[in-house]
Amino acid sequence: MLPKELSYTREHEWLKVSDENMVIIGITDYAQEELGDITFVELPEVGQVISGGDSPVTLESVKAVSSVYSPAAGEIIEVNSRLDDEPELINESPYTDGWIFKIRITGAMITPLLSPGEYQEFIDSLD
Amino acid sequence: MSVNKKLDRTPLYKNHKKIDAKLAPFAGWEMPEMYGNILKEHLHTRSANSIFDICHMGEFIIEGKKAEKDLENLLSCGLASLGSGRCRYGFLLNDEGFFIDDLIIFKYSCTRFMIVVNSSRITNDAEWICSHLSTSTSFTNISDKTAKIDLQGPLSFKTASSVFPDIEFVVMNRFAFIEFEYEGIKLTASTTGYTGELGFEFFMPPESAVTIWELLLEVDSVKPAGLSSRNSLRLEKGLPLYGYDITDKITPIEANLERFVNFNKDFIGKDALIRQIRNKPARILTPFLCAGRSTAREGFTIYKDNKPAGVVTSGVFSPMLNKGIGLAMIDQSISAVGTIIECRKDDTKINAVIIDLPFIR
Repeated sequence: MLPKELSYTREHEWLKVSDENMVIIGITDYAQEELGDITFVELPEVGQVISGGDSPVTLESVKAVSSVYSPAAGEIIEVNSRLDDEPELINESPYTDGWIFKIRITGAMITPLLSPGEYQEFIDSLD
Repeated sequence: MSVNKKLDRTPLYKNHKKIDAKLAPFAGWEMPEMYGNILKEHLHTRSANSIFDICHMGEFIIEGKKAEKDLENLLSCGLASLGSGRCRYGFLLNDEGFFIDDLIIFKYSCTRFMIVVNSSRITNDAEWICSHLSTSTSFTNISDKTAKIDLQGPLSFKTASSVFPDIEFVVMNRFAFIEFEYEGIKLTASTTGYTGELGFEFFMPPESAVTIWELLLEVDSVKPAGLSSRNSLRLEKGLPLYGYDITDKITPIEANLERFVNFNKDFIGKDALIRQIRNKPARILTPFLCAGRSTAREGFTIYKDNKPAGVVTSGVFSPMLNKGIGLAMIDQSISAVGTIIECRKDDTKINAVIIDLPFIR
């Protein structure tokens, strides 16, 4: 089940938007399933300023290497440093302990945000 | 890319589907890549035992009064010193000393042998072998009539003995094989494999594969494992993979596999190998250990002092070491153990160190 309080992207990321343009970003259960066991997470520096569409995070899994994109321009406020030693948190709890980074956004979203229902429809159409 | 050819399916296809295996194309076959979790499959094989569907691999029977003489000429490994009921790892090489394939040869007697080859090489191997046999020697490709299930891991002997209680597996050393019958099914079991663990490869008729697979799975300690974990298992033990670490542009000398070449006999490619040893090969296949979890994979360029000096041929995350490991074809000059190298691809840079095999004991 997709958590109702989150928004989703077609890049299989989830966003938790809170006040003051703070957004927490992670990858969806569908994405972690596709990647397989995640073995390494390259996290950005806190304070790094990025543009929308940049990929501040690289995920390595037993099967592939993939990027996590930022849906908007902004500044990295916090990263989940537990992932340095426990990258498997993304596989085990992608929507909670496996969150990846927090960003203060300063620009518009460059990718449409999907509701849980819309994202579910999107992944159903992929299979 | 479009793939028009329909993928082959092994006799165990339905068993894999039933337990939601993730299937993926491999060498023209639809093979189980994993059964849910590659890391767990890897670690389970190291600590207990797993079964692998390896039905895609090729098997040839070579028979005749000159079979041994013909095969001595074709293969890098010696056969005269190999006893009946034993197997040996060796290579088919061309005149230039390049790999046509790597294989395991089974000696039933001086006049009857089985060769187990990579599935992607069946056609090339068959052509090459047939064109070098005496007229009295027969060649039969039994790949379609042979299914293969590997049982690998420290508990393999215990498992095999409980499933086939009448068979004395304990008398078998590594690289031996026996033929036996179980409820009318003719099986061959060899103490070989591709994980570096104790274990067996079971050969049987395809119509019996489901029976044997299910029988093995009934043992509590046995779990199925897919080709992805097989790949990380073999690389942790430094075993090369055809098409990646060894190819038709690489020799056994460059691949650091000279110990599987018997220079006390004549074979195709020998002269080229001797020349190469004399001139010292410019490059050599070398294991490396990444500094951390980030893994240099196949295709990364190796740099030393900011100069390109090789290429990664295989790279995986090692579940036993919790670090990236791999093999790279590098300039001989930087191959000393302890040499620090950098592996690069696009913006990614990974530090690594040249080490000795195996990655794990």
